[in-house]
Amino acid sequence: MLELRIKGRDFERPVLGDIFTQIRRGDRICLLGPSGIGKTTLLNAIAGLDRHTPATAFRGRESLRLGYLFQEHRLLPWRTLGQNLAIVGAAPKDIDRLLESVSLTGYKHHFPDQLSLGMARRAALARCLAVKPDLLLLDEPFASLDPVRAGELRTLISGLLDAHPHMGMLCVTHDASDATALANRLWYLDGHPAHLQWDAPVASDVETIVQSLRTSMPLL
Amino acid sequence: MTGRGYAPVWCYWVVLPGLVVLWFLVAMALDSSLLPTPLAVGRTLYAEAANGELWLNLGATLARVAVAFVIAMGLGVTIGVVMGRSETTNALLDPLLLLMLNLPALVTIILMYVWFGLIESAAVLAVVINKVPNVAVTLREGARSLDPKLEAMATAYRLNRWQRTREVWLPQLFPYLMAAMRGGLALIWKIVLVVELLGRSNGVGFKLNLAFQVFDVATILAYSLAFVAVVQVIELVLLQPLERRASRWRRPELAHA
Repeated sequence: MLELRIKGRDFERPVLGDIFTQIRRGDRICLLGPSGIGKTTLLNAIAGLDRHTPATAFRGRESLRLGYLFQEHRLLPWRTLGQNLAIVGAAPKDIDRLLESVSLTGYKHHFPDQLSLGMARRAALARCLAVKPDLLLLDEPFASLDPVRAGELRTLISGLLDAHPHMGMLCVTHDASDATALANRLWYLDGHPAHLQWDAPVASDVETIVQSLRTSMPLL
Repeated sequence: MTGRGYAPVWCYWVVLPGLVVLWFLVAMALDSSLLPTPLAVGRTLYAEAANGELWLNLGATLARVAVAFVIAMGLGVTIGVVMGRSETTNALLDPLLLLMLNLPALVTIILMYVWFGLIESAAVLAVVINKVPNVAVTLREGARSLDPKLEAMATAYRLNRWQRTREVWLPQLFPYLMAAMRGGLALIWKIVLVVELLGRSNGVGFKLNLAFQVFDVATILAYSLAFVAVVQVIELVLLQPLERRASRWRRPELAHA
């Protein structure tokens, strides 16, 4: 579905090093790695937002629909949730269903600033879904939510992925347990410039993941 | 916009009525034709309105203000936004902008009249040249403060140019537009008066010139106050409702999450 051919050596001081891999349909990837290593940069690069990464570093991106959940909701604060979904291309008849799918039924006419952090993030998730994405890019979707809300959102995203088996996901997280809950594949990004130290299917339990990471990453 | 609260309504009705009372008392005490009482000014205003002079001249001035305002806003907004978005354009135009900002209005007016003659388009052009740099500077600030995060969102979701302008840029630029419009209206009508005084045969500025030559202070005050009133009406019926409508989304009383 999407082939990454990022060559770090093309730039002066690259954040991202050589990254050659593929994202296939239905891949649910959790992207782990130390803070500030370039996880968000990789997401931005895939979305075409990193001006240091040329478009030639990707094959198949043009035909791909991307739903990007940023760390902040980045909804337009002067538009209601319904309007925010319509702007990215949601058909009027789909808006209620989209909001329902993220448990925001009845919030169509609310403005983003009227929502709590968790609700705004779900609304932003609805906007991701509004473009009928082939690939979901999630940047720390559970950050700064309390454990209960984080758990609910994880269940919600897991349910959405099950409902759309062909949709791919690339999710930045710090929590290996997110990987067991959501992912079927694990990337570990590290080094300067950053490259994939680990690209493997997810084992069924956290312990195994942590163990295998530990073998490759003595500091963990 | 957080928690500024509201002043009681009577606060708005203290200073101006007080000033009128003071004016009345001083005028009574002096008893001079150089400072007519508010009543005398009122009578002049009524006479001018009755013989139609007032409406004719107010209309002429208002028409010039309107044309100059629209042109100056259009040009100023375009130049300002482009300068705010492009460092190269900014570097190219910034010295010119500084020059224009510091060019006295009177100089532009005289030059336009000398070069193009005492014609209507020269008058309007002089006003526009005076106003465009102010609008451009304000809007340049606005364009520089556009949120890069929303910009990235617009790119990631492949919004087209029109959507980006309308949905992402315009709401962020709105406070700057309002500031430019408010300041613009005030500045433009003041310059229009000078333009009329120097080279037009109608309008408030023309009437002020006539009154000045015979030291007719009542007429001067009557016309000035009449036009101030017109600008106030524009503010109340046009600008304020526009502002209220556009900033509905940030009304604090809506917030309940």
